[in-house]
Amino acid sequence: MNTGILLQIAQTLLAILLAPLLMGWVNQCRAWLQGRSAPPLIQPYRTLKKLFHKEAVIAHNASPLFRFAPYMIFACMALAAGLVPTLVNDLPFSPAADAIALVGVFALARVFLALAAMDIGTSFGTLGARREMLVSFLAEPALLMVFFTASLISHSTELPTIVETLAHKEFVIYPSMAFAAVAFWMVSTAENARIPVDNPTTHLELTMIHEAMILEYSARHLALIEWAVALKLFTYSALGIALFVPWGIAPHGDFAALPLAVLALLVKMILGGATLSFLEAISAKVRLFRAPEFLGTAFLLGVLGMLIHFLLEV
Amino acid sequence: MFLAYHLQVVNLLAALLLLISFAMLSQRRITGLVTLFAWQGAALSLSTAIVAWSTGQHHLYYSAALTFILKVLAMPWYFYRLVKKLNVDRDVEPMINIPTTMLIGIALVIFAFNLALPISQMSGTVTRSTLGIAMASVLLAFLMMITRSKAIPQVIGFLAMENGLFFAATSASYGMPLVVEMGVALDVLVGVFVLGIFFFQIRETFDSLDLKHMEKLKEK
Repeated sequence: MNTGILLQIAQTLLAILLAPLLMGWVNQCRAWLQGRSAPPLIQPYRTLKKLFHKEAVIAHNASPLFRFAPYMIFACMALAAGLVPTLVNDLPFSPAADAIALVGVFALARVFLALAAMDIGTSFGTLGARREMLVSFLAEPALLMVFFTASLISHSTELPTIVETLAHKEFVIYPSMAFAAVAFWMVSTAENARIPVDNPTTHLELTMIHEAMILEYSARHLALIEWAVALKLFTYSALGIALFVPWGIAPHGDFAALPLAVLALLVKMILGGATLSFLEAISAKVRLFRAPEFLGTAFLLGVLGMLIHFLLEV
Repeated sequence: MFLAYHLQVVNLLAALLLLISFAMLSQRRITGLVTLFAWQGAALSLSTAIVAWSTGQHHLYYSAALTFILKVLAMPWYFYRLVKKLNVDRDVEPMINIPTTMLIGIALVIFAFNLALPISQMSGTVTRSTLGIAMASVLLAFLMMITRSKAIPQVIGFLAMENGLFFAATSASYGMPLVVEMGVALDVLVGVFVLGIFFFQIRETFDSLDLKHMEKLKEK
């Protein structure tokens, strides 16, 4: 039991520490694909360090919620990172929340971010918050559909059971998961504010979604939010790995498989980050009013995955 | 309950076929549509080849090769050339907006799955469970033909429907006799060339490939 708790802490810390590295890798791949000279891999760490050393400037009319929100968002993402099986399956923390509750944890962070954005009362913050809500209320059901497809296969909404069914039982190809994978990719681009729904590097306020919400933040608050964004990307990547390519995650109580699990995670994250930046490089940002169509498609693909499951796999 | 691996691959390819059908429904550009059509042909030909290998039905190898040459190489190449020559690759708004089309598509898929269930129970082939998917892709191709007003997407819809029918034949009864298949392939090929010439005629007469103009045709 104690080793379980130690492993749990180690896994969560690893996620928190490695998340900016994944962000740096994605940015580097993106720069290469766009023909720019790439920033160093550890650039996100440097940015975080710089931001933590600055003095925080806060608007006069900011309520305590504005100061509190970054901590809340970071805590939610750290919690989510602890819940998803990244290295070891079935850790002591994971029975605390199943896949549906995990969606709820993401939603909680989003609510705080949107409230904080509206708190100051600038027009851009409100605009960003509204757009974020528009995107996320469409992304959430699609994400749930993806989880339901995986849950129908493993007869449980608990993430460890899903991973165990997919990775540690007899190898079976599930056609429904092909649909779920496409839907998951679409949802995760929307949720992580990536192209084609949002552009994370934009400087144009009128097209911003996520960036517009954090315009008022500075110094340590901004650093926490940036870190939480990186952590969210890491958690979504870990979630994608756990659902669609779970081979290599160490089974419960198998310490011999641990080094292999670390290696597998690194390889998958490197490949996943490269794929993400490649897909971003070949797609254009859609107009905001096309975003509902994009996410509606994701939802329909999730539903189709479930239908295919009933047709082919029962 | 667990199938042999090659049959699982066939199931996966069937699911990809349906996925591509949906992608075609949501695709606005004609070149994108042609690319998707080529991919659909590739999935179809691969799944036919696997069925041929697993059941020992040699004539299916020929139809897989025929599908590959015609639908993955020849026709997409011809369509790319046509699109370039006619200069028609623009964003085309379909008659019904795309989210609504997708919703109708989902309803069609549910309908097709329910319809195929009793039929596939009677069939004795190993691939019978994919019959529902084949019917769904036929209906989705139909839907695409209905919702597009331009000529080339309609023809691609027609060809996608042929793909679906071909897949249905493979999954329900290990394909049609080779003579029939060759005949169908030849018909489709000739049809595509004839329609290709038609495109030029239609554009010359109406200055556009929008078939809505043809509704106004009346004898005077």
